[in-house]
Amino acid sequence: MIKLLLGNEALAQGAIDAGISGVYSYPGTPSTEITEYIQKSKTAKELNIHSKWSVNEKTAMEAALGMSYAGKRAMTVMKHVGLNVAADVFMNMSISGINGGLVVVVADDPSMHSSQNEQDSRNYGRFAMIPILEPSNQQEVYDITKYAFYLSEQMGLPIMIRMVTRLSHSRTGIEVSERKLQNKINLPKTPHQFQLIPIYARNRYQHLIEIQTDSKESSENSLFNKYIDGPNTSIGIIASGIAYNYVLENFEDDKCPYPILKISQYPLPKKQVKKIFDKCKKILVLEDGAPFIEELVSDYFSEHKKVIGRLTGHVNRVGELNPDNIANALGFNDKITEDIPSIVTGRPPELCVGCAHRDLFEAINKLKKENSQQQVFGDIGCYALGVLPPYESINTLIDMGASINMAKGASDAGIHPSIAIIGDSTFTHSGMTGLLDAVIENSPITVIISDNSAVAMTGAQDSAASGRLINICKGIGVDKNHLKIITPLHKNLDKNIDIIRNEINYKGTSVVIAQRPCVQLSKDKKDKIKKEQQMILN
Amino acid sequence: MKTNIILAGVGGQGILTIATILDTAALNSNLNIKQNEVHGMSQRGGAVLSHVRISNKEIFSDLIPLGKADIIISIEPMELLRYLPYLKKKGYLVTDSNPFMNITNYPELEKLYSEIKSHPNTILIDAKAIAKQLGNSKATNIVLLGAVAHLLPLSDESLQTAIKTLFEKKGERIINKNLEAFNKGKEITSNLVL
Repeated sequence: MIKLLLGNEALAQGAIDAGISGVYSYPGTPSTEITEYIQKSKTAKELNIHSKWSVNEKTAMEAALGMSYAGKRAMTVMKHVGLNVAADVFMNMSISGINGGLVVVVADDPSMHSSQNEQDSRNYGRFAMIPILEPSNQQEVYDITKYAFYLSEQMGLPIMIRMVTRLSHSRTGIEVSERKLQNKINLPKTPHQFQLIPIYARNRYQHLIEIQTDSKESSENSLFNKYIDGPNTSIGIIASGIAYNYVLENFEDDKCPYPILKISQYPLPKKQVKKIFDKCKKILVLEDGAPFIEELVSDYFSEHKKVIGRLTGHVNRVGELNPDNIANALGFNDKITEDIPSIVTGRPPELCVGCAHRDLFEAINKLKKENSQQQVFGDIGCYALGVLPPYESINTLIDMGASINMAKGASDAGIHPSIAIIGDSTFTHSGMTGLLDAVIENSPITVIISDNSAVAMTGAQDSAASGRLINICKGIGVDKNHLKIITPLHKNLDKNIDIIRNEINYKGTSVVIAQRPCVQLSKDKKDKIKKEQQMILN
Repeated sequence: MKTNIILAGVGGQGILTIATILDTAALNSNLNIKQNEVHGMSQRGGAVLSHVRISNKEIFSDLIPLGKADIIISIEPMELLRYLPYLKKKGYLVTDSNPFMNITNYPELEKLYSEIKSHPNTILIDAKAIAKQLGNSKATNIVLLGAVAHLLPLSDESLQTAIKTLFEKKGERIINKNLEAFNKGKEITSNLVL
């Protein structure tokens, strides 16, 4: 049967058809639609497949590991920077290995369309010494996902599927096949496998090293890696994942004259690489993201006599690949195209009309006029747009939860006022622990939680913070006299400024919760949230 | 046969609705389709685009190479011009004439229109006014789709069926409004001499 699916949806369908019992994720572009598809799937509901959002990527991955421990197949999904949050369990579960098939899906964002960096997750896969799968098109996304669970159980290891934005967010017809039944509960048989105290961990690490041979063998024989011969051996092309697709685009009407090695499974199949290496005068490496393969296949002192790619300037060092920069790398640069007329101006993203963050930034900017020393530490979410005109209210934006800790560190250094602005979902994701640090030292910072009761930037998913923020702050130990609730509306501007100013002047940790539901939510949902908030206040 | 279409506009103007109709119509006509879209940060009031590729052969790249677009359809006149580097020689430009002015340095309208008209094969129409006349200003995108229908490798019937499928859950009235918008768009271009 052919289904019209986004790359992300093809992955989700592949996971359902591979017989998963649960998906654990935190939303993040470009990965979000994978979990959403499973949440909306009737089949998934009938099969009782777990799909509720987790609080962050670490809790998600650990829960997936728990399901795998019980013998069932589980998947965990995140954007590339989410893997930084989950890195602790990620690095250790390759040592423990898995029981039921466990697949880690990481969606990278080359060109940083919606991210603060373009880190390449293949480095993490190699770091953890686990197999990585990198599909080249959406049909392969579906097929490779089903294969990933099989490979995971065969190797006893978690498997990484690496997606990139363009693969995730393109729609096409996908041929789907039959669904495998879910695993039954089946506890691990290997003694001490999941007990990583040093004495057992050393054994497990030794085991991980030993099975690298099997992992390499699996890559050499993988259906997803393939060598395609060509008569012109002046160049051999090694193309991984989506780059392979772009190479084919450039030869759509003719056969590519150069030998190509397509890579979709790692560790790199060394024998196949050697074959193309020996056969061709030069090797052009095409890969989306970092020069990961290129660094592996270039000699340490080679001066790049033979291998060309991103490191040699034949392909752009930063930013995503596309059919055009690959055409250039292949020597097709004779295209004449029209320029963008000079009257066209930029149109950056902006906060929605009526958004509560707008009213908050207005208040923050008025306070800045009163005290030019004021520094505002921002966080990840729609409110990151407060960096841009017209507000320019935020001085920093680094990673999930950084606002509170950076405000504390700056305050320790003597900065005052030191303000953190963090969204409700980002606060429960990574802000709570930082607030505890501040409370322990009663650091003179003001934490403003801009609570729109949604994970707004990724499409207004449910926030774990909804209805819980006040109790969380109290529980962490915030002084109840310095825990304030405001409603960011224009009519409340002066009142809100007074409240925030008072808290800034307090020489201790204060929290202001700026509460108003995201304008993207339906009216029913907004009403429900407002009602709940009113009940809590009463 | 391969047709490459760039859909352009500002976040929230209904580009993905056009894309979905094209996808469905192509798939039901046994053609291959690839359609790339933008999710995440840039959706918020920023410039958005979608690449749509329809072919009877296998389609590789999700992105249309520069200089290979047969048609650029835009729901906003300045956004049309942003993607000119994608346009094929003798390719078509189709846009609604109503500017979306959420920026302070928006170009002067007259200059903008004359820049657009300086290109051959241009269809510049007030699709919004037509949609409004039909009592559904939300259907501006569907009017535009009708206006380009004759340039697409898809039959009118397949597009109309796709519109019905897309709006199925919203009921008969909404389906008919959108079919009406599509047909009105078609009428306009059939009266234009290109």
